[in-house]
Amino acid sequence: MPAEKYSSTPNSGLLSDIDDIIRKHQNRDGALIDVLHDVQALYGYLPEQAMKRIAEGLSLPLSKVYGVATFYSLFTLEPKGQYVIRLCESAPCHIRGAVQVLSAIEEELKIKPGETTPDSKFTLEFTSCLGVCGVAPAIMINDQVYGNLTPEKVKEILRSL
Amino acid sequence: MAFYRAHVLVCGGTPCELGGCRAVKDTLLEEVNRLGLSSEIRVLETGCLGPCDQGPVIIVYPEGIMYARLQPGDVKEIVEQHLLKGRVVNRLVYHEKKEEAKSVVTFESSDYFGLQERIVLRNCGRINPESIEEYIAHDGYRALGKCLTEMEPAAVVQVVKDSGLRGRGGAGFPTGLKWSFTAKTDSNQKYIVCNADEGEPGTFKDRLILEGDPHSIIEGMAIAGYAVGANKGYIYIRGEYKLSIERLQHAIRQARELGLLGTNIFGSDFAFDIEVRSGAGAYVCGEETALIESIEGSRGEPRYKPPFPGVSGIWGKPTVVNNVETLANIAPIILNGAAWFRGFGTEKCPGTKVFTMTGDINNEGLIEVPMGITLRQIVYGVGGGIPGGLGFKMAQTGGTSGGCLPKEFLDLPMDYDTLAEAGSALGSGALLIMDDSHCIVDIVRCFMKFFKHESCGKCTPCREGTTRLYELVTKITEGKATNEDIALLTELSRVMQTSALCGLGQAAPNPLVTCLKYFEEEFGAHLNGYCPTGVCTMPVANVKVG
Repeated sequence: MPAEKYSSTPNSGLLSDIDDIIRKHQNRDGALIDVLHDVQALYGYLPEQAMKRIAEGLSLPLSKVYGVATFYSLFTLEPKGQYVIRLCESAPCHIRGAVQVLSAIEEELKIKPGETTPDSKFTLEFTSCLGVCGVAPAIMINDQVYGNLTPEKVKEILRSL
Repeated sequence: MAFYRAHVLVCGGTPCELGGCRAVKDTLLEEVNRLGLSSEIRVLETGCLGPCDQGPVIIVYPEGIMYARLQPGDVKEIVEQHLLKGRVVNRLVYHEKKEEAKSVVTFESSDYFGLQERIVLRNCGRINPESIEEYIAHDGYRALGKCLTEMEPAAVVQVVKDSGLRGRGGAGFPTGLKWSFTAKTDSNQKYIVCNADEGEPGTFKDRLILEGDPHSIIEGMAIAGYAVGANKGYIYIRGEYKLSIERLQHAIRQARELGLLGTNIFGSDFAFDIEVRSGAGAYVCGEETALIESIEGSRGEPRYKPPFPGVSGIWGKPTVVNNVETLANIAPIILNGAAWFRGFGTEKCPGTKVFTMTGDINNEGLIEVPMGITLRQIVYGVGGGIPGGLGFKMAQTGGTSGGCLPKEFLDLPMDYDTLAEAGSALGSGALLIMDDSHCIVDIVRCFMKFFKHESCGKCTPCREGTTRLYELVTKITEGKATNEDIALLTELSRVMQTSALCGLGQAAPNPLVTCLKYFEEEFGAHLNGYCPTGVCTMPVANVKVG
């Protein structure tokens, strides 16, 4: 997600952006997930007001929008740090040293998985397999994947951000 | 068409991209231009070549020399020495990581490549995946043309049936039979779905097939559509697979421009089009009914079966759901015939299987081998053995939902039925190799944590069961468990395997059950407060001396 759009509170101007997104998708059946993807790309998360607007726009109950938004792990209802670090904790990464990479991140940022740094710069999360096991251990920071990590390498990456 | 005396193929798969292949390609282009070789030497990007842990890799043709672990700083030497003067740069050549390492002259003559048989990956690393012309030049869309102009739909289904092709997503259900169920239904609307929601830990084959040869999937789907009478296809792909999504969308646009998707394809009255839908991070959506729910824009929770999707799928319409690798097999089967396909693999499992090798193995990456090859041939032949002189402890086949097999099973043929008998699964083709420095209970805990997180919560055995399995295994790693806990784990596993709603909950206990059976001693040691590998932190008071 682009940093400059991160966690802006929806105002009337942005709500019209949501309407544009809905218009783009509304002729397709089952468009809700694509709409949520686009709206989250806009705010960095899915604010309640945005979900209400989506429910109205797609003529769906708000409970359905909320249900879908909370089911999938790529959607979030809370604002997160500018950089969301997703650490793969699946077996191939585990074997190749994901635990040491996790300790290095925790040490560098002084946060635990599920937490955000006080300056809102980094959020640390676990993720399931990223599908880049050939270069395990791996992490994903926003849309960018990093592989073949060591504790030193991951610290270097974090310092460069 | 211009004639080039040499082609340099740069692997552009995601693993190589992470190693910096774009910068290598750019430097190659700069150097080739600087020396005025751009009319003689063609630099192009291809799909995955396989040895993912050694990226970025390039191959120089006509010799077929592979260079590995390249950095932009190495490129000048290759261009000046190899491309200009014809001298191979030995220090950068791809070497097999075996103990008796010999310098490999060509990629094709290496053990790594020699044991492989490439049907699904026929174009990966050979053509430019963004060029429909290159796909067509390699017999692309000829199979679709053959179906539409020479074959009745029923004959297409029959060829696939006769080939013995079985679903490559994991379950191994006969593809021709699946198609025949939908072909038989009478409906004004049917769908073909390509399941590209690859989430099984350790699996990245579909990603690399889609990145390396997207048109083979489009062609396979169109043939399936003609065979069963469907005119609309969906590719459901993980939201994380950005490059695959881009490549697919690009390929679909190209196919539409040439009239290979759309109406009146090949002058027939057959119409077919494809839409890409991306997931949002839910492992369970790889289950076909959960995937259908997700395409419909809902929570990806599995449906009760029957009815099966073949009869009632997307919006209640008959729907064929096939895995990426299954679809990539279709065009070669149509072109070469069922008997040709049966020439590979075993009688009950014809053809090849794409595996992704991960963990403690020298050649991590993507391979395609005939069905029925032994685990030993994969690990010590194609895989190049285990690094650091350590011993083989176990292989987990089929990803995290598969079973774990100790060294006694190294000579087991790798196919659906044999692995199922051993309590494991061929599954998606993920192969996790673990050396003897790791603790079996610790890794089981890692598997169980995965299922606890990914259970969708719809049915009780899975929702409650995955959490309890994780808690109990954690207790073992902490040295606090007793024999009663093991009995409880065994009973709970049985309940989940027999009563969970979908494959996720049914398969979740697999790694645990096989490990309890094959590594009983190591579990026993933990009950006595001792972790033989020293990975688990045990309370000191529990350690029994002697």
